Amino acid sequence: MAERRVLELALATPGVDAAGQPTRVPLVAAAPEGAEPELQTDHMLINIGPQHPATHGVLRLVVELDGEVVVRVIPHIGYLHSGFEKLGEYRHYNQIIPLTDRTDYLSAPANNVAFALAAERLMGIEITPRCTVLRVIACELSRIISHLVWAGTTAIDIGAFTVFLWMFQERERVYNLIEEWTGARLTTTLTRVGGLMADVPDGWTGRLREWCTRFPKTLDEVDRMLLRNGIWLGRTQDVGVMTAAEAIDYSLSGPMLRASGVAFDVRKDHPYLGYETYDFEVPVGEHGDVYDRYLVRMEEMRQSVRILLQALDRLPDGPINAADPRVILPSKRRLMSDMESMIHHFKQVMEGVPAPVGEVYFPVENPKGELGTYLVSDGSAKPVRWRIRPPSFLNIAALPKMAEGHLLSDLIAINASVDIVMGEIDR
Amino acid sequence: MTGAAAENPTVPSLRARFGAAVRRSAVVVDDTIVHVEAARSHEILAWLRDDPGQRYDYLVDVTAVEYRDRELPLEVVYQLRSLPRNAFLRVKIDLPKDGPFEVDSVVDLWSGANWLEREVWDMFGVRFRGHPDLRRILMWENYSEGHPLRKDFPLRGRFSRSEQVRRALGADLDAHYSLEELSIADAYDELPADVRERLAVRRETGR
Repeated sequence: MAERRVLELALATPGVDAAGQPTRVPLVAAAPEGAEPELQTDHMLINIGPQHPATHGVLRLVVELDGEVVVRVIPHIGYLHSGFEKLGEYRHYNQIIPLTDRTDYLSAPANNVAFALAAERLMGIEITPRCTVLRVIACELSRIISHLVWAGTTAIDIGAFTVFLWMFQERERVYNLIEEWTGARLTTTLTRVGGLMADVPDGWTGRLREWCTRFPKTLDEVDRMLLRNGIWLGRTQDVGVMTAAEAIDYSLSGPMLRASGVAFDVRKDHPYLGYETYDFEVPVGEHGDVYDRYLVRMEEMRQSVRILLQALDRLPDGPINAADPRVILPSKRRLMSDMESMIHHFKQVMEGVPAPVGEVYFPVENPKGELGTYLVSDGSAKPVRWRIRPPSFLNIAALPKMAEGHLLSDLIAINASVDIVMGEIDR
Repeated sequence: MTGAAAENPTVPSLRARFGAAVRRSAVVVDDTIVHVEAARSHEILAWLRDDPGQRYDYLVDVTAVEYRDRELPLEVVYQLRSLPRNAFLRVKIDLPKDGPFEVDSVVDLWSGANWLEREVWDMFGVRFRGHPDLRRILMWENYSEGHPLRKDFPLRGRFSRSEQVRRALGADLDAHYSLEELSIADAYDELPADVRERLAVRRETGR
């Protein structure tokens, strides 16, 4: 039966036929008797991005398609390259911290902490107990706001708009807290080598505690929307699978590595900031697909809330800056009344803080994965080399491996599940 | 600097197996650094990954360091981690200051090295022998100012701002796809006639 399939859309109707019925545009022409229909068998080349909402930044993907199946993906990066590593070689250590805000701009406080920790390890500086706990709070808040953006944008890519609004509402509340603390919302520049730019304001810990008790309800609501949602399961399960061996081979890190079943978390395996003294679990997936990455990140947010509450309980009083006049600026009052303080101030501002000859690689568990700061010093106040080991860069490098063989629409879901931020990939 | 931390036990095993190919080692800020000979680096890294006593299965990072001191060699740096043993090792290859900057690629050992090595090539001009696709990654393909993270590269670039603008505007925007990509779907033949005409004119006149 060579029955014509027709497009049932009145809008596509070009006119009426002789009988007064609307003519319809045939979707597929009827095959002539006895002949094979002539189908296009060529592969199609399409270009996604760099300006496309589903690429989460200025990522450009050149995709070769066979019908709707992705045969090959060639990612192109570099559109946001700013030469941060080069700039860092011309700046004092404290002057680099504003640059770290702009790498992974969705979790700026965690980047500030990562850089300060590396510089302190290099210079051999001990930070105060209060500073340590406040930095843990900053890191875990960053993890939550970064994962909130991830969950919101991934859901919107897959077609669930509600989650996006709920997540961004919570993110806004965290940003209000960060604004109270640092004065900035996105580019916080929270840390200094040896301390912090400011202590938390009065009553801040109470407001954070209140938020911590309310926030898990939003996570539960999102889980109620997505966890057993047939559309969500269909779009995410068995999509973009990376086995444990492949994840290690591709140097994936963070939730991408753990969703594939590799239980590696820098906070547990190379503890810093006293993470070994906190009671929290590291969620690990089984299948390494988009769905497991969702589960891992949702659970990480709950564990971050646990850590935040423990940090609030133990937050000690005391100074936030190390008592080290080499690296910490004196108070305004001492600067104006004490000659020695004035000399320290002058030397720090004009000459910077020299680091001893040596080098350090300091990994931290950032929301996106393992952020490594590799600093090489030749004894001057400016690093010879400041290398960022960007987690998103390595995670997105595995995109061709994950996406090839899937449908084009799955490519969007897989790309979203990687949780990239181009500021960090391009640096 | 704390010299108190013990040296990673991998270093004696490396020396026992590879002898003089292990140039020197040091413990700097609690991490062990091993300098190995460029000619045998691939063999050594493969052994570190596969030997049952070592199992450095996770490549954390590949990068390069050039010092301000012009006497010091350019270094290619591999940060290795053993997930099963939770151990960390930094392997370095010294390259002579006057080149050639060439080392063996480790993409066949760790797929994650692919983009990392491309970045080192792009930023430092170190060639990786046997890399499947050694193209620039952060800078664009016809970028002609050199390798930005080299110390002899000026902070503001080699060309003046007006020259940079001139080159950027003079670039063939229609040729934004690489030749390899164009060949994928014979996209050139599919291009509209006016675009093809424009490309042909540009190729002849250079503008």
